[in-house]
Amino acid sequence: MSLIRIAWRNVRQRPLSSVLTSLSMALGVALIVSVLVILNTLRSTFTRNVHGFDIIVGAKGSRIQLVLNTLYHISQPVENIPYAYYLEFTHGRFRRAVEVAIPVCLGDNYRGYRVVGTVPELFEMELADGRRYRFLEGRNFKSENFFEAVVGYIAAQKTGLKVGDRFKPTHGITTEVEGHEHDPFTVVGILAPTGTPNDRAIFINIEGFYLLEGHALDRKVRQLPPELFSPQVRAMVFGQQEDEHHHEHHESEKNTPAASHQHEHSHAEDHHHEPLPLVEREVTAILIRSHPISSLGLYKAINKGMIAQAVHPSRELGLLFEGLLGNVQALLLLLAVLVTVVAAVGILVGIYNSMSERKRDIAILRALGARRSTVMTIILLESILLSLTGGVAGFALGHLTVWALSPIVLEQAGVDLGLLSGTVYELLILPALVVLATVAGYLPAVTAYRTDVAQALLHNP
Amino acid sequence: MNQPAPEKPPVVLELQGVRKSYLLPDGSRLPVLNIPHFTMLQGEQVVLMGRSGSGKSTLLHIISGIARPDAGKVIVDGVDITQLSEPARDLFRAERIGYVFQTFNLLAGFTALENVLLAMSFGRRRADEKRAVDLLTRVGLNHRLDHRPSALSVGEQQRVAVARALANRPKLLLADEPTASVDVGHQKQIIDLLRTTCEQEQVALLLVTHSPEVAEQFERIEELEELNQVETSSAAS
Repeated sequence: MSLIRIAWRNVRQRPLSSVLTSLSMALGVALIVSVLVILNTLRSTFTRNVHGFDIIVGAKGSRIQLVLNTLYHISQPVENIPYAYYLEFTHGRFRRAVEVAIPVCLGDNYRGYRVVGTVPELFEMELADGRRYRFLEGRNFKSENFFEAVVGYIAAQKTGLKVGDRFKPTHGITTEVEGHEHDPFTVVGILAPTGTPNDRAIFINIEGFYLLEGHALDRKVRQLPPELFSPQVRAMVFGQQEDEHHHEHHESEKNTPAASHQHEHSHAEDHHHEPLPLVEREVTAILIRSHPISSLGLYKAINKGMIAQAVHPSRELGLLFEGLLGNVQALLLLLAVLVTVVAAVGILVGIYNSMSERKRDIAILRALGARRSTVMTIILLESILLSLTGGVAGFALGHLTVWALSPIVLEQAGVDLGLLSGTVYELLILPALVVLATVAGYLPAVTAYRTDVAQALLHNP
Repeated sequence: MNQPAPEKPPVVLELQGVRKSYLLPDGSRLPVLNIPHFTMLQGEQVVLMGRSGSGKSTLLHIISGIARPDAGKVIVDGVDITQLSEPARDLFRAERIGYVFQTFNLLAGFTALENVLLAMSFGRRRADEKRAVDLLTRVGLNHRLDHRPSALSVGEQQRVAVARALANRPKLLLADEPTASVDVGHQKQIIDLLRTTCEQEQVALLLVTHSPEVAEQFERIEELEELNQVETSSAAS
């Protein structure tokens, strides 16, 4: 018989004690696995560039707020920046440094889910891991159809929106503050799950967003001097001021009750709407995928200017995690390790307490020819088997816990944990358990080693 | 012509000047054994009698290498085991000496078959399950292979103990009061089993007892008090 089989038999000889000690070990390991998987998945999801953008441009202010608000649809919206500045990335002085620039307008919600005004090109991009957006139903919205919308997977599930439904966004980013209802948009597509926060958002055509009440910039109140912009952009934006008369006519029409009624019924034929003049537009943020060789220069150039700031989302979130969640993770892991160590002490106590009644058994093994080192090894193997049994059960329990929590995390943070999410650190747990079990089993093993066979045989008939 | 004398079997056990004493709490030593000379031949069956506390078990521990004598030689199958290191003595015991205890001493967590296989686990040879099954069949337990000791009768437990002691084809089998825990009816069965199986396996049997009924079944009976030259025999067992 192998020593492992002998040790396993001995473990099974004390079923209650073995099950309880393994169970406590399983709980400790499950806790470690849960903490590692959840926090590391969150960290990697937040810090890697899941959306495929390396720079976010927004109003100067809190950098982390800009990232959380723009990419993760949490936190408060930041100030807006002129649309003209966005055009610098598509037509102006930054255009050569940029592969893709996606404008984002925030400020509305539908039943608590963020409504994001953007362009259809967002869904034509690859996500960072090479995946592409897919539509479970319907299609992407079209730039020429101003009042079309696409709904993220979870937002669709929670709001019940389906392709063909019409909904009215509400002003404000949450339902806590009651804002006025905007004009309706028609859902033309439901996104397949992406495992990103975009699953929790509703995307509307930015042109439709601009035409909603209160979304046009009052040029009389606030204007940046045209000199701040490149000649190409100046020509595009400020050249439009000649059309002002036409636009004011349009606005005055829209602000009358009769016009509003008519307006609502005409959304299916969006070509009847005139787009908002560029000079009256703002964006909340611009998502940039830059050319790799130009990234650093672009980043510096934006930040040197006075209009906006550029942030690297993964860097900002990395700092946030290290500063905040890093300590939380360390604390939780410490707690989990303590639980595991207590479980190991339980194994020590369990085996050690059994030693006095097992002296006779040990003496018999020795009388049958087992060496001192052999009986010591058997006791150590018992400790290791108890730990590993608990450890394997803990792995399963931990991943099941993560799996059970994943819908909640997906809804709250937009991060898909999945049953098989894991970290490389988990690979260290089993070797660590073997070391821990060896330490825990050492004292009883030494007791077994020192058993006086002759005395045990004579005095334990 | 005279027939040539039959060849004498080789000596399996030889004790030469074996002494053993125990250290007492006051620092003095209590002599227990002093056996000038004792031999057993291959296949020989010897009963060693002695009253309780006469040092019988201590002698078996010395012969099996579990305990070391203070002086003298213990030669088993041509090897003086007093010259071996403890691990070497353990290995020697695993491979060449069988042991039957007074209370059978089967391990409770193991089946009858596993108890026999256990004895084969500490030598250099691989455990031979076929032999283990064969031995248990020979002692009439082929239908009890997977039973744990708690599910076996006293007589069946002792038969497993005998099969276990013979598992490694030892040269010498030591039996320490193997009938002390059983009723008179079972005593003869156990002695018969031990004698028959040892005869079949050509194993020398040294059986310790204080029972005259058991002793009278053997041709060679040794009294420990006669072998032992220690003055006081109030030694610890």
